[in-house]
Amino acid sequence: MSEIKKIHDMLVSKQISCKELTEKYLTEIENSNKELNAYVNVTPDAALAQAEKVDAKLGKGEEIGLLEGVPMTLKDNLSTKGIETTCCSKILTGYKPIYNATVWEKLEGEGAVLLGKTNMDEFAMGSSSETSYFGGAANPFNTKHCAGGSSGGVASAVGANIAPYGLGSDTGGSIRQPASFCGIVGLKPTYGAVSRYGLIAYASSLDQIGPITKTVEDASIVFDAISDYDPKDSTSQGRKGEPTYNSLNNDIKGMKIGIAREYLEGVRDDVKEAVLAAVKVYESLGAEVIYFDMPSLKYALPVYYIIACAEASSNLGRYDGIRYGFKAEHYNGTHDMMCRTRSEGFGDEVKRRILLGTYVLSAGYYDAYYKKAQNLRGAIVKAFDEAFSKCDFVLAPTVPMTAFEMGHAVSDPVETYLTDICTVPVNIAGLPAVSVPCGFNADGMPIGMQLIGNKFNEAKILNAANAYEKAAPENFKETKWGVKL
Amino acid sequence: MKYELVSGFETHVELSTNTKIFCSCTTQFGGEPNTHCCPVCIGLPGTLPKLNRQVVKYAIMAGLATNCEIAEVAKMDRKNYCYPDLPKAYQISEYDKPLCEHGYIQLSNGRKIRILRIHIEEDAGKLIHAHGDTYVDYNRGGVPLIEIVTEPDFRSTDEAREYVEKLQQIMRYIGVSDCRMQEGSMRCDVNISVRPEGSDELGTRTEIKNMNSINNIVKAMEYEYERQVDVIENGGKVTQETLRYDDATNTTSSMRGKEDANDYRYFRDPDLVTILTSREEVEEIRKTLPELPAVKQARYVDEYDIPEKDASLLTKYRKVSEYFDEAIEGLKNPKTVSNFIIGSIFRRVETEKDKEAFDVSVSPKHLRELVKMIEDKKIQNNLAKKTLEKMLDTGKPCTEFIDESDLGGVDDSALEQMCKNAIDGNPNAVADYKGGKEKALMSLLGNVMKQSRGKADAQAVRAKLIEMIN
Repeated sequence: MSEIKKIHDMLVSKQISCKELTEKYLTEIENSNKELNAYVNVTPDAALAQAEKVDAKLGKGEEIGLLEGVPMTLKDNLSTKGIETTCCSKILTGYKPIYNATVWEKLEGEGAVLLGKTNMDEFAMGSSSETSYFGGAANPFNTKHCAGGSSGGVASAVGANIAPYGLGSDTGGSIRQPASFCGIVGLKPTYGAVSRYGLIAYASSLDQIGPITKTVEDASIVFDAISDYDPKDSTSQGRKGEPTYNSLNNDIKGMKIGIAREYLEGVRDDVKEAVLAAVKVYESLGAEVIYFDMPSLKYALPVYYIIACAEASSNLGRYDGIRYGFKAEHYNGTHDMMCRTRSEGFGDEVKRRILLGTYVLSAGYYDAYYKKAQNLRGAIVKAFDEAFSKCDFVLAPTVPMTAFEMGHAVSDPVETYLTDICTVPVNIAGLPAVSVPCGFNADGMPIGMQLIGNKFNEAKILNAANAYEKAAPENFKETKWGVKL
Repeated sequence: MKYELVSGFETHVELSTNTKIFCSCTTQFGGEPNTHCCPVCIGLPGTLPKLNRQVVKYAIMAGLATNCEIAEVAKMDRKNYCYPDLPKAYQISEYDKPLCEHGYIQLSNGRKIRILRIHIEEDAGKLIHAHGDTYVDYNRGGVPLIEIVTEPDFRSTDEAREYVEKLQQIMRYIGVSDCRMQEGSMRCDVNISVRPEGSDELGTRTEIKNMNSINNIVKAMEYEYERQVDVIENGGKVTQETLRYDDATNTTSSMRGKEDANDYRYFRDPDLVTILTSREEVEEIRKTLPELPAVKQARYVDEYDIPEKDASLLTKYRKVSEYFDEAIEGLKNPKTVSNFIIGSIFRRVETEKDKEAFDVSVSPKHLRELVKMIEDKKIQNNLAKKTLEKMLDTGKPCTEFIDESDLGGVDDSALEQMCKNAIDGNPNAVADYKGGKEKALMSLLGNVMKQSRGKADAQAVRAKLIEMIN
C-alpha cells in the first residue's frame, strides 16, 4: 500500500497528529543518521512549524490534501529558499538560495513537511554518493555498502524509513540506480515533464527531477504533484495527460514488453536471473514478451559522458567565489582568487568531469567528440522510437550489479562509469523510466529492474510497475531502520 | 607604395525593450548598483533563462531595416569565458545560426557595406574600481544586445563614419535602440588591415575594441592605418592582435595577442529552445516598420524639390521628419516648411539629443497655419519669419501676432507713394546708387519696408525703386 496514503489516513483519522509524526521522523533521523549519513541538513524547526499548521487545519475539521502534512526530503541540489543548498560541494557551503525550486514551490504549496536536505554525490557526479563533501550515504540493507548515487541520500533515507518519500534528480541514472541499490522505487520522468527551475544543473539536456518512494503508487502520487508546465523553464512541457494515479488499474493483459539483448550483456548473473524472473511474472500476468537488438546502445556510455561533461564544464563555470558560497582565504588578485576557490572548492570527480568537458568542447576537438556524440544521440533516440513501434515498454536491469561496497566506486572512477551502462540511454533519449525492486542477491542486497516508456508515457510504465509490485510483494522488503507506522 | 585601408565593423547595439532578454528585470540605464537584478540575471545556481520574444522582434526589425534575410530557425549558444562581470561564466549568444544574415547598408557614394549577420545576445555587468578595490554591478547584465557584423568592406574613414551614423539613424528610426555611444548603448569593434593598392588579398588584421565615439573611431582608424603602413614599410609584419584605443594619447596598444585568444567553447544552450519565426510573422513585422531614412530623403528630394542637403538634415532624426511630414499636410510648397525648420527652428534645437527628441514649442499645425498664410499671399515671407520667432518664444499660434492691419499686401499706388517718399527723403542714397553703389539701394528698400511695416514684397519694392530712380 502507498506509504503516503497510509500516513494521510492516519492524519485524517487522528491516529497521530502531524507534529507527533514529524517528531517521530526527526527522532529516528537523529538515531540513525550518524550511521547512514543520509541527511546533510536537517530542518526540524521549519518541519515542526509546518506540522503545527497542518494540525491546526485538522483541528478545525478542514480537509487536507494527500501530500499535506506528509514528511519528505529533498536532494541537496534542489533550491530551497533560506535553507542551505550545497550540492554536497565545499564550493557551495553556506549558500542559502533566495528562491525556491519550482518542485519545492509546488510541494510546499501542497503542505509537505520538509525534514531536511539529503546527501548526494558532489554536483550529482558519481554513482555511490561518496564524492559528497560530507562523505557517502550508507545502504540501509547493509551499511558497509553504499546507497548508490547520485541521489544516494534520498534513497538511503526512504529505504531506512527516515523519510516517507523524497525528490532526487536523474542525469544518467541518479534516481533509478540508488533506488535499485536500496530496494525501493525511483521514477525518472520524461525530459520536460517536470520543471528543472531551481535544480542546480549538472547537465542541462539530461537532468530531470523525480520521486524516490517506497511503492509505485507513491511515485505516481508525487509525480502527479510535481509534473506541470513551468513558464520559468523553456524546456518544460508538463505531464501531458491525466494524473497517472487515476489510471493505475494493474491491467497489463496484452501489453508488449520489449527486451533489448544489449541490456543483458555484461550484467551479473544474479541480476540477470532476477530480471528474467520478473519477465516471467509479467508473462503470467498476460503480457507478451518480444526480444530485439538495439546496436546503437553500445555508444550510450561515451555519448553520455561527453555530453554530460561538456554541459557540466559550462554549468559549473559560475562557481568563482565572487557572489556566493565558498571563497578561498588567501589569494592574489581576482584571477588567483577564482583559481584557488575552484581548486580548493571542487572535489576530484567534479574536476575530472570539468576537464573532460572542457576538452571535448575545445577548438579542434569539438567535431571529433561533442558533435559526434550529438549525432549518436540522435541515433539512440531513433533506436528507441523504433523499439516503441514494436512494444509498449522496454524492460531492463537498472544496474548490472548490486550496491558496491563503500570505497569501491571512488577507487576506480572509470570502472564506476561503466556501471551506468543500463541507466544512461534513457537520459540520452529523454524518456521516462521507473526502477522497481525485483529480487535480492545471495547476500540479501536488493536488485532492481527498470521499465522504460515512450515520451510522456509515465502512466503506462507506472501501471505496469504497480502490477508487478502487487504480483511480487516479496521483493519490497522493509529494513530494520526508522519509523514503524 | 600606396596602401589601401580595409576595415570591417562589429557593432553592439543595446535594444530598448522594457525588460531584459532572459528575465523580467528592467533595462533602464543607471540605478543603484545591483538593483535591476534577479536570480536569473545574476545566474544563481538552478535558474534558467526564458527568451523575451520582444528581443527577437526588435532584432528582426533591425534585420529588415538593413536588408537582411531572417532565419526561420535560429538557436542560442553559450560563449564560455570567465570574467567577474559575467555571472554564469558564459554569455548566451548566437554562434552558427544567427537570426539575420546577408544584409547591407548603402552609403552616399553608392557603395554597399555588406552585413554578414545580426545576432542577439545578452550584455554583461560592469566592473567598478573604487576605494582601492573592485566591485561589480550586474544591472546591465542580461540587457539585450544585437551584434551587427559587416564584411571588411570599408575603404576609408569617411565610409566608416557614414556607416556608423547611418546605422544609428536606422536603429533610432525603427525605435529599437537609442544608440547612445557615450552611454554605451552602441559600441563598435573595428577590424583593420592594410594592403597595397590594387591588391585583392586581405592583410593581417588587428581589432580595436569597444570604441565609444565616432570621432574616436575615425582617429583610431587613422592611427592604426598609419601604424600598420609603417610596420610594413619598415620590413615588418603586422601581428594579429586585439587592441585598445587611448583617446588621450591617440594611440592603440595591445590587449592580447592571437595566442592568448579565448577558446569560447561554443555549444548550443540546452536551456533554451529553437527560435522559430514564421514567414507571416516576418511580414507582419515588416508592415510595422516606418519609412526608412534613405527612402524618405529620396522622396523629399523627388516630390518636394527639397535640396539633397536639406532633405538629409530633415531625415537625420525620425522626430524631425515626422514633424515635417505633419506640418506640410495640405500645403503647396513644403520647401517653405523645410526652410523654416532648418533656418529658424534648428537654431533653437542645437544638441544632437534635443534634435533626437525634437520637442518644439511651435506645433506642426501652427507652423502649417503660418506657411498657409504665405501661400495665400496674406503675409510676406519676412513677416512670417519674424512671426515664427515670436511663436517659438511663446508657443502661441501666429494669429496672436498678426493683426488685421498686417493682413493683405500693399497695393501699387500705395507702393509708389512709399517709394516716392523714400527717394525724396534720401537724396544722398539716390545719388550714391546712381554713382554705381549698388548697396545704397538697400537703405531705400529698408525705408520702404519700414513704411509698409514689413507687408510689402521686397522683390516688388526693389523693382519699383530701380524703375523710379532711372
